[in-house]
Amino acid sequence: MSQLSLSVDIAGLRLRNPTMNAAGVLGISAPLLKRVYEGGAGAVVTKSLGPEPRSGHLNPTMVIVEGGVLNAMGLPNPGAEYFVSAIKALRAEGIPVIASFFGASIDDFRDVAELLSEAGADALEVNVSCPNVQEELGMLGADCLNTEKVTAAVKEVSKPPVFVKLSPNVTDIAEIAKAAELGGADAITAVNTLKGMAIDADFRRPILTNVTGGLSGPALKSVALRCVWDVAKAVEVPVIGCGGITNWRDAVEFMLAGASAVEVGTAIRERGFGVYEEITTGIEGYLEANGFGSVKGIVGLAQEAI
Amino acid sequence: MMRTAVITRVLRMAPDMVTLYFEDEECSKASPGQYAMIWIPGGEEIPMSLSTINPGGESSLTVRDVGEATKTLCDMKEGDKVGIRGPFGIGYTITGDSPLLVAGGTGVASLAPLAEAFVERGVKPTFILGAKTESDLAFRDRLENLLGDSVVLATDDGSCGFEGFSSQCAEKLMDERSFDAVYTCGPELMMVAVFDEAESRGIPVQASLERYIKCAHGLCGSCAIGPYRVCMDGPVFDSEKLREVREDFGSRKMDPTGKIVGVDH
Ligand SMILES: Cc1cc2nc3c(=O)[nH]c(=O)nc-3n(C[C@H](O)[C@H](O)[C@H](O)COP(=O)(O)O)c2cc1C
Repeated sequence: MSQLSLSVDIAGLRLRNPTMNAAGVLGISAPLLKRVYEGGAGAVVTKSLGPEPRSGHLNPTMVIVEGGVLNAMGLPNPGAEYFVSAIKALRAEGIPVIASFFGASIDDFRDVAELLSEAGADALEVNVSCPNVQEELGMLGADCLNTEKVTAAVKEVSKPPVFVKLSPNVTDIAEIAKAAELGGADAITAVNTLKGMAIDADFRRPILTNVTGGLSGPALKSVALRCVWDVAKAVEVPVIGCGGITNWRDAVEFMLAGASAVEVGTAIRERGFGVYEEITTGIEGYLEANGFGSVKGIVGLAQEAI
Repeated sequence: MMRTAVITRVLRMAPDMVTLYFEDEECSKASPGQYAMIWIPGGEEIPMSLSTINPGGESSLTVRDVGEATKTLCDMKEGDKVGIRGPFGIGYTITGDSPLLVAGGTGVASLAPLAEAFVERGVKPTFILGAKTESDLAFRDRLENLLGDSVVLATDDGSCGFEGFSSQCAEKLMDERSFDAVYTCGPELMMVAVFDEAESRGIPVQASLERYIKCAHGLCGSCAIGPYRVCMDGPVFDSEKLREVREDFGSRKMDPTGKIVGVDH
């Protein structure tokens, strides 16, 4: 029997397996990210870093809802510059680091990208899709022209591959994905959280201080899967699936829809840090049982079925 | 999910400290050392240790007025409501035949239910109840009724009992008697002193740490200390974990942006 390989290549970035943590989930410090890697992830993704430190929104910032989690952290982060040493420390231990980042303007995005590229990040993930800072920062990923411009500006200054992370809160995610590809994106991450809210019947007011928040976890899965499907159909570049992935079967479904790798966030709450190894082992078993030699062998297979 | 808790009674403990009692099924099943997230609608949500855990009965929170949210809680009256999530985290593991419990300030909140759990198992712990001054000694009656003369009082100003910090009192007791487990909750610098002292004697420690808890579900990372999340891997840390985070314990924490700042109390 041929040797089964779990490693993947995403736009030139080679990973030992196709799992990563989702941006903003535990990415606030190097020791936590190291623990994610030790939990079995193929690479780690930082908290979205901005040009300046931010405290984020006041609590309540998270509440459990039907089938998932609603959060409005508000992008707390110590600033990209401050986090450079954490990125270097992780890389020094041989851990591939994907630096997620955001800005309020195209210039911000370019400046932060340059800094993180110089810090040695193995890839950049452009967060144009946070639903929790729209009033302050807007959501550039809401339209094609801005998505293309941001991507192009980031590409201009970046050495490593650039992933653009999209929002499901748009009319046609395929159009936005094409715009990112036109701007030079090396891969698309789909998706960020779905905008939602929670109201308390006793207090008769919204629970989150930010009023609205982003839905993640199993409740998001079928929407995220459809987004990956639409994006994979629309672009040539690799797609990274994200949203509600809890076990290997979910991960395989995302791959069949067209994802080359997956990011897992909310599932850590119930599965712990070992969720990455669990998923990787499950994918391995699936490939083996079905006679596939690599992850690549199943990417997009469901697209071919119709 | 967010639940609603109605305050059933308010006990004033000290000029700036109250205990709020409420009924909540999930909190009544908590273990000592666990905490709940308490939401003041229109205001913030903050983590609070459960200071009473009564299977099938009342639970409570003990609050010192140190900021806007705690001030609102301190002004609450019977019939007022708060939102509640939890209980969360890993509480104390009950072990030892001659345990020493060291409380400083509001740290008594999480250690009082632990003392009760020990007594239920037929073990009478030694309890250092320390505070700045006599009027700040919370749950003194409750503990003295439970443990009699195994309660050792300590005040920074010497107005009652041992004069000095709880940690200094603990050092003295560890010199005089032998303990096989040490539990501590209170100001971090006090807990570090207790930990180092117990370490030097080879006594296992469990300490309840405090960091800036936001999500309480182990996802956002804002409460990290080393590779651990206080909200879910803690708040109670055992000696092994405390050794691992010793560089940060008592010295460094993350501010709300994720920058490392000093620990000053
Ligand atoms: C607490 C929390 C913080 C998040 N922070 C970020 C962030 O900083 N940047 C980002 O691109 N996405 C952020 N997200 C979204 C996740 O990266 C991911 O897209 C989403 O949670 C769906 O995946 P999941 O269901 O596996 O969690 C955050 C999600 C959560 C739950």
